[in-house]
Amino acid sequence: MKLRRAFLPALLLVAGLLLGGCRHDELPFRLTNISGHMPDLDFKLTDDHGKAVTGADYRGKVALLYFGYTHCPDVCPLTLAQLHVVMQRLGPLADGARILFVSVDPARDTPAVMHAYVNAFDPRAVGLTGDPRATEALSKRYRSAFTREPGSADGSYEVSHSSAIYVFDRDGKARVLATPSASHDDLVHDLHLLLDTGATP
Amino acid sequence: MKSSTLSILFAGLLLTGAAHAGAADHVHASHAWIRVLPGALPAGAYVTLRNDGDQAVALSGASSTVYAEVMLHRSSTAGGMSRMTMVDALSVPAHGEAVLAPAGYHLMLMQANATVKPGDTVRLTLNFTDGSTLATDFLARPANAMDAGDDHSGH
Repeated sequence: MKLRRAFLPALLLVAGLLLGGCRHDELPFRLTNISGHMPDLDFKLTDDHGKAVTGADYRGKVALLYFGYTHCPDVCPLTLAQLHVVMQRLGPLADGARILFVSVDPARDTPAVMHAYVNAFDPRAVGLTGDPRATEALSKRYRSAFTREPGSADGSYEVSHSSAIYVFDRDGKARVLATPSASHDDLVHDLHLLLDTGATP
Repeated sequence: MKSSTLSILFAGLLLTGAAHAGAADHVHASHAWIRVLPGALPAGAYVTLRNDGDQAVALSGASSTVYAEVMLHRSSTAGGMSRMTMVDALSVPAHGEAVLAPAGYHLMLMQANATVKPGDTVRLTLNFTDGSTLATDFLARPANAMDAGDDHSGH
């Protein structure tokens, strides 16, 4: 009797949690949930076809935003290769997602360079570049930062950059943040939640 | 006559051996691969070095006839920022291993004088701090490869 009395509220609580878990804005993410803590996807840049694009052009798609540069031989390609693996694991669902690779080195990363680069990784990757103020504004918007390391004599230089991947839902709302060391399973899990939610307009 | 010829030969062999003896003699390279990027972009090269010797050895860099410049680098992530730093030498402990792998130590290959395509083999000469060298064949792999592709443990 005593046990049953204790059991009922617990059952109601569990049921409540389950119901809550089904609500659109309380998805059970495994990665860092940034819903409501980061601004919506918004930018004015140039895509890898040389076309002017804004954040609104990617509404209806789940967007994976990542800052990097093409002259980065190790971490940037590794991260993009990992995102490719994740996209492959999503199967046909991946068509509802886009990898947005934003160059923090617009001086060297022209749309043509970006086009060859992103296509070497995944057909659903988009290379975004623009004038330095526009890319800087975007990175600041997501409290990301990048700095150019002192150049060497031959004119080459390295760029430190934020290593996070910001994931936005189909409405352009920031939802989760992944580090490059995040497991593929967790990324696939959270992208499933976002891609299964609501139909593509 | 015959024995003196043999001993001269033997002495010659010993000398040849002495001239080349060095750290590299005890080092075995495996999982050697290059992540090929489009155009003239710098590429990362990775390899696992096993040292069967009783002394630690240190990799100081590499050279290649295909790439004008090769640098030993290390990627690191701190405070959510990724950066690359130059490395003077990477120690391979006695009876131990050093791993050059994505997001860590790697050789940065720059200014290719020929187009390197996935599937190609590129020979790099690994240089050790004692002056010895180890010629190693690296397999060129696609940009979106995750590893050397010679095992399935990465999945």
